[in-house]
Amino acid sequence: MEKQILHYCTAARWPLALSVLAGLLALLATVGQMALLSWVIARVFLGHADLQQVGLALAVLLVIIGLRAGLVWLREFSARRAGNRVKSELRRRLFEHLLLLGPLFVRGERSGELIATLNEGCERLETYVARYLPQAVWSLVIPLLLLVIIWPLDHLSAILLLITGPVIPVLMIAVGSYSQKHIQRQWATLARLSAHFLDTIQGLVTLHLFGRSGAQEAHVARLSDEYRRRTLRVLRYAFLSGAVLEFMTMLAIGLIAVFLGVRLINRELPFEQAFLVLLLIPEFYRPLRELGTQYHAGMEGRVAAQRMLEILASLPPVREPREASRSLPAAPLTLTCEQVTCRYPDSERPALHNVSFTLSAGSCTALVGRSGAGKSTLVNLLLRFMEVESGAILVNGLPLDRLPADLWREYVALVPQRPYLFSGSVRDNIRLARPGASDEEVERAAELAGAADFIRELPAGYDTEVGEQGLRLSAGQLQRLALARAFLKQAPLLILDEPSSSLDPESEALLSAALARLRRQCTVLVIAHRLNTVAAADQVLVLDGGRLIESGPPAALLQQPTSAYAQLMTARLQEAGAVPGKEAEAL
Amino acid sequence: MTTKRPSMRTAWRLLAFLRPFTPQIIVTVLLGGVMVVANMLLLSMASYLIAGAAIVTMIVLLSIPITIVRLMGLVRAAARYGERLLSHNVTFRLLAHIRVTVYRRLAPLAPARLFQLRSGDLLARLVSDVDELQNLYLRVVAPVLVAVLITVITCWLLAIFNTVLALAALFFLLITGLGLPLLALRLTRGLGRQQLALRGRVNVHIVESLQGMSDLLAYGQAARRREQLASWEQRLDRLQRRLALAGGLQEGLQELLTGLAVWSILLLAIPLAATRQINSIYLGFLAMLVLAAFEAIAPLAQAFAQLGHSLAAGERLFSIIDTAPAVSDPEQPAPIPATRSLELTFEDVTFRYEEEGRQVTLANISFHVPAGARVAIVGPSGAGKSTLLRLAMRFWDPQEGRILLAGQDIRSFALADLRSLMGVVTQDTYLFNDTIRGNLRLAAPSATEGQLWRALELAQLDDFVRQLPAGLDTWIGEQGLKLSGGERQRLAIARALLKDAPLLLLDEVTANLDRLTEQALFEALDMLMQGRTTLLVTHRLLHMERMDEILVVDGGRIVERGRHEQLLALGGLYRRLWEVQNALLPVA
Repeated sequence: MEKQILHYCTAARWPLALSVLAGLLALLATVGQMALLSWVIARVFLGHADLQQVGLALAVLLVIIGLRAGLVWLREFSARRAGNRVKSELRRRLFEHLLLLGPLFVRGERSGELIATLNEGCERLETYVARYLPQAVWSLVIPLLLLVIIWPLDHLSAILLLITGPVIPVLMIAVGSYSQKHIQRQWATLARLSAHFLDTIQGLVTLHLFGRSGAQEAHVARLSDEYRRRTLRVLRYAFLSGAVLEFMTMLAIGLIAVFLGVRLINRELPFEQAFLVLLLIPEFYRPLRELGTQYHAGMEGRVAAQRMLEILASLPPVREPREASRSLPAAPLTLTCEQVTCRYPDSERPALHNVSFTLSAGSCTALVGRSGAGKSTLVNLLLRFMEVESGAILVNGLPLDRLPADLWREYVALVPQRPYLFSGSVRDNIRLARPGASDEEVERAAELAGAADFIRELPAGYDTEVGEQGLRLSAGQLQRLALARAFLKQAPLLILDEPSSSLDPESEALLSAALARLRRQCTVLVIAHRLNTVAAADQVLVLDGGRLIESGPPAALLQQPTSAYAQLMTARLQEAGAVPGKEAEAL
Repeated sequence: MTTKRPSMRTAWRLLAFLRPFTPQIIVTVLLGGVMVVANMLLLSMASYLIAGAAIVTMIVLLSIPITIVRLMGLVRAAARYGERLLSHNVTFRLLAHIRVTVYRRLAPLAPARLFQLRSGDLLARLVSDVDELQNLYLRVVAPVLVAVLITVITCWLLAIFNTVLALAALFFLLITGLGLPLLALRLTRGLGRQQLALRGRVNVHIVESLQGMSDLLAYGQAARRREQLASWEQRLDRLQRRLALAGGLQEGLQELLTGLAVWSILLLAIPLAATRQINSIYLGFLAMLVLAAFEAIAPLAQAFAQLGHSLAAGERLFSIIDTAPAVSDPEQPAPIPATRSLELTFEDVTFRYEEEGRQVTLANISFHVPAGARVAIVGPSGAGKSTLLRLAMRFWDPQEGRILLAGQDIRSFALADLRSLMGVVTQDTYLFNDTIRGNLRLAAPSATEGQLWRALELAQLDDFVRQLPAGLDTWIGEQGLKLSGGERQRLAIARALLKDAPLLLLDEVTANLDRLTEQALFEALDMLMQGRTTLLVTHRLLHMERMDEILVVDGGRIVERGRHEQLLALGGLYRRLWEVQNALLPVA
């Protein structure tokens, strides 16, 4: 998996290699430093040398200390750079791939998870690459390297290290994976606990209204305390494993020191060598212990990486055409659906079943049906967010899948029920439809959409910041902004999803006026929620359970007594004309 | 969020959170000290042992260092175990303590203040700030105290040999422990903030691109968004390069200073050994002592960074909990009316929100709800309807005019008493992550099983609950069963029924519900309204003929009032609202 991840980010390979190399060279510098140190001490201690006699050695030592510091700098710098690069490269690739996978892939609850993967997941991967990966290499190579260095100095110590060394990773993996699991579970509980705290304070208003805010204080305290006791019970084992590990390494150092001492007394070993071995032993254990502290980062990074590879392996919903047609036959836009059937990947039942209709050039079609009837599916198909299973969609006679999706979307303007506002000014948000548009064009579009009046009343007019952090707009205002986008884009096909809730009378009037203006310019498909919209349409399509159950001009449908549409309208009209005071709610 | 420098006052107030735990903190710091000292002794005594072994001939003479060297593993392991256990114990206690304190301070601020915080996830922010503070002890206070302790011990041990050695060690320990983190902070402060801002931008860019993907793709903006991300990543990359340089520099300097410390000790000790002021057998001992002491200094860099986070979190936290409550109890609360038939009166009420520049939200509102009557407040969104209701609940006090309940100013009652008279159902009913029973019991802690079911029955939720495997004990909320909008509202109605308060305030109860659910819910609401003085806010004109009076509010004023048929005949705003609503197609 490491290979796969690194495969995605060639730019990180060199810094990573450089970091590993610098780490190894820094170790060699440490060995040199320790060798000089033991030499100097031996000369002064046993050879009774004075400062002058060891002066040169001390000077060299100083140089090595500086060199080592430089290598550490390089090691850390390049490790971080490797992490940075992997992070930004993968984030870029994931982002691009998600744009290909389209809105149906990221919709709903999954969007939160994907956002977390692109943000926190990438940060975790950064730590994984910058910290865990090099450490994993060092923990393998450095002990071996040190064994090779210590062996000629003292066989016995080397053998002792060789025996005790592997115990640490084995112990770490055995105990570590056990306790890690528990620790992780505890952190999950902690997250739940703060979720509970959040729950409590979010509900404070409710608590006040029921006179229960005082009682909850004790509850918060009790719950936290309970959590503490439970956690400590589990952490006890985790800490015990840490203590055992610590004990093992300390004991090993102590043992080797005593062994060295015994052989020194027997004059089997010169002091200088014995002292150097002693200085090097902690270096032997250090990388192994540090790997232990990075274990968590390692695990987290692997989980994140796994998810990223999964996303990158997902296939886009729409096949790009092999022989692409580069443009549409020039004519007012006519769109035909022929026996279209399609279904969502996670569903058995087709979302649309054998649907056929034509949006003739310049006409306005109202699409009606209950929620779940297939209205949004049809929009998703027309926008090429998903693919038909069978049947065909033709635009001016050309099969839609012969056009690249990007190109086709240039012919479509979308006005959703709740258009998404990106952070930026109102002006930027309208300009989304045509980034090159001038200020005058933007304002003209807003004018046509009936949005100009409310925009002018905003604190900074067209420059007012909107979006997540910015101003909140009402449903009617939002829709008018989206209409302004459509006016600016001037695409030959307009797909409009009317607000399903009732708006203020003013918004209502402005919206219908804007729609009437748009109708004159293009072919319109509107998901209708309003009586007037349906009555004014050239054609009505009634969807139910994924099937097109009726279609035709509204007046013609009204004539048929069996028509579902007719029944619906009659009921509505009766209600609207209902005698006040009489309980005549039919729906 | 402003990034002004956190004050010393914040630091002291944060430390005050630790005060109840002083004894435990002292013990953990001592244990932490023992841990480091054990390592220092192991390495230095091992050096001494080897040096001694080089000149003596009998191992017995070395029994003391041998014992120490053998023992230190055990001492360190035990100290580490104890330290971890105790420090986590303190941390968890601290967390509980902070939570309770924050809760205690926050509770009186609700609802007015919390209402403002609810927007923009500020509450979630507050909770994560509390979580952040739990690191205060583990990552800031403890490491600093241990470092101080070890510095003292090291210098004291060295001073036994020679004062100059002690001073040299002190110099390097201080520079590494204080100077280096400060240097690192200086180098990275601006960069860190820039990085944070840039990361935030990238984050927002990603969130918006994913959430608004339909709009983006429909308008052919994918390529531009990609380029934008790339250009931000590029800027981030340049910044991170400098941060990596600074971070690496810090690590390198730390190694350099550690090496220099050992080197200087040698440089100073060698002449002293030559003149026999110290025994040369201790040379290795001294070097190792100093080397091992740096173990306690290394975590300080992180401690400083963490301190910054904790201070910022503390600052935000205090800024919230230090605000004065919008309303408070009167000094001598009036007893609540004994009668269940309450009349509610607004007398010339004018109100504006505190934030500067806000226009008047409600102007000269006067109306009267006789005991047991139903009054509806309708009008376009943003007209001030909900504010009116919140004034009745005393979230805020009006700037002018008064609100009377049973003829008495509501400000004369204790807040808890006042609210005990009100049953409230709003559009955004808050349900706790708890069982259905737990959520119901909120309204009546001592309700019997029979009463709970009776309330569910009246709210038409009994069948639904009965078919759940766990019945009343079903968990709802984020981790549990997700209720539909209609089910949530029925539960809220059942809750209000259980509370059995004489005054009923309903705020857009059926908003966000589909038409069929809305219709069915209204029957349950009707049940709830029987025999209760009711003030109902809605923008949906449903069953208005059942209302005793309808107030049409627009722009903060009552523009029309009367009964349903009168208002329709009037042909004004009410009529227009009615027509717009009836032009909607039903969507199930």
